[in-house]
Amino acid sequence: MNIDSIKNGIVIDHITAGKSMKIYHLLGLDKLECSVALIRNVTSRKMGKKDIIKVDYDLEIDTDVLGFIDPDATINVIKDGIIVEKKSIELPEKLTNVVFCKNPRCICTTEQELPNIFTLTDREKRVYRCLYCETKAAE
Amino acid sequence: MRNLINILDLTTEEIEELIAVANDIIANPAKYSEKCRGKKLATLFFEPSTRTRLSFESAMYELGGNVIGFSAAQNSSAAKGESVADTAKTISCYADIIAMRHPKEGAPLVAAMNSTIPVINAGDGGHNHPTQTLTDLLTINREKGRFNNLTVGLCGDLKFGRTVHSLITALSRYSGIKFVLISPEELKLPSYVKKDILQKNNIEYVQTTSLEEYMPELDILYMTRVQRERFFNEEDYLRLKDSYILTMDKLATAKSDLTIMHPLPRVNEISVDIDNDPRACYFKQVLYGKFIRMALILKLLEVE
Repeated sequence: MNIDSIKNGIVIDHITAGKSMKIYHLLGLDKLECSVALIRNVTSRKMGKKDIIKVDYDLEIDTDVLGFIDPDATINVIKDGIIVEKKSIELPEKLTNVVFCKNPRCICTTEQELPNIFTLTDREKRVYRCLYCETKAAE
Repeated sequence: MRNLINILDLTTEEIEELIAVANDIIANPAKYSEKCRGKKLATLFFEPSTRTRLSFESAMYELGGNVIGFSAAQNSSAAKGESVADTAKTISCYADIIAMRHPKEGAPLVAAMNSTIPVINAGDGGHNHPTQTLTDLLTINREKGRFNNLTVGLCGDLKFGRTVHSLITALSRYSGIKFVLISPEELKLPSYVKKDILQKNNIEYVQTTSLEEYMPELDILYMTRVQRERFFNEEDYLRLKDSYILTMDKLATAKSDLTIMHPLPRVNEISVDIDNDPRACYFKQVLYGKFIRMALILKLLEVE
C-alpha cells in the first residue's frame, strides 16, 4: 500500500494497533482540510502491529491528549521532506476537558462552565481520577 | 493559605497536632475564649445539617469569633442559579474562613479554588467529610489513648458511608489496625477502598454479614445509618434500612471497654437503652467534634 510521503507535517508513529481512530477524533484531525492518512495494522518489528497517522500540515499536537490515549506513541515533525524533530510522549499529570466526568453527583456535571479536570493518580496503572469527585476516568 | 477538603490534606503529624490542641482546649477552655475575637466564620450549608453546622458555629463562638451564613440552598443565591465559584468569591469579601456543606461532590474544592480565605469541607455529598474523621480520631484518642493495635468494627452502610471510608483511610496510616467490616451484601465496602487502601497498606480485615460474630474481639464498634439521601431508589432503601440494630443482647459478648461510636444522626440502629451504658460514646463524640473544629479553625486562621 502506498501513501505519499509528506513534505511538511507530522507523523504519529508507534500507535498501539486499534487506537488510531480514537486519536483521530480526539485530536480533532477529522476537522482538518489537509490530507490525513490513517494507516492501521502496519507490521512492526517492535510492536507486532501498529497504527500510523500522517498529517500533511505542520500541526501543533495536543500531547496531553495523545499521552492519555497512547503514551507509547511518538511524533515525528517533517520539514521539507525530512524528519527535523522526534517527540516522545509522556503520561500527562493533568487532563483538562479531554475526558468528562460521568458521576451525576459531581459538581462538574451540574455546573457546566467548570472545566473537567482529571489528574494522574496511579502512573503504573495509568489511572486518572476526577479532580472534584475522584471518580475514575472511563477508558 | 490552607484549606481542608480531604482528610489526606493533613499529615499524621498535623492530625496529632490538632488533637493535642483540642485536648488543651478541653483542659483549658478559658485560654482560648478570645482567640478569634474580630474573626468571622461563614457557614455555607447547601444541605440540611444539625450537628456539623451547629458544631462549627459553637466552635467559633467559643473562640470569641462571630458567625454568618445560611443553612439551606434555598436561602442563598444558589436558588437563583449562582455558581459555587461566585458564592466563594463573594463570601471571601465578608468572612475570614468558610465551612461549606454541599450535596455535590467536589463543591468545597471548587470553593477553595476560587476563595481568598480558607475553606473547610463540611461534607460534600457521599464523598468527603474530613471534620467528622477528625472528630472520630479525637474520640478514639480520648477513649483509647492510642491509634495503633486496635480492632475496629464498622457496621451498616459501608458502601455509601463517607465517614467510614475516611476513617479507614486515616487509621490505615497506623500499625496493628484490624478492621471488621459488617454489612449486608448490597452495602459492602467498595472494592476500590479495599484495593487502594486496605490491601495497599497491608491492613488486616474481615468481611462479615453478622454483627455478633466478631463482637468479642472489638475495641471499637462504629455504627452507621443507612442514609435515605444516598439512594436513587426508595425500595432499596426500605429493604436495607433495618439491616443492623445494636441492642443490649448483642453486646452481651462485647469487651467491657468497648467504645461504641456513631457519626449521628441515629435513626434506630442503636437501641436507646444503650445510651446509658458506659461503652456508648456517640454523644461524647458530638462534644469532641466541637473541640476538634475549634482546633482546626485556629490552625487554618493561623491564630497562635
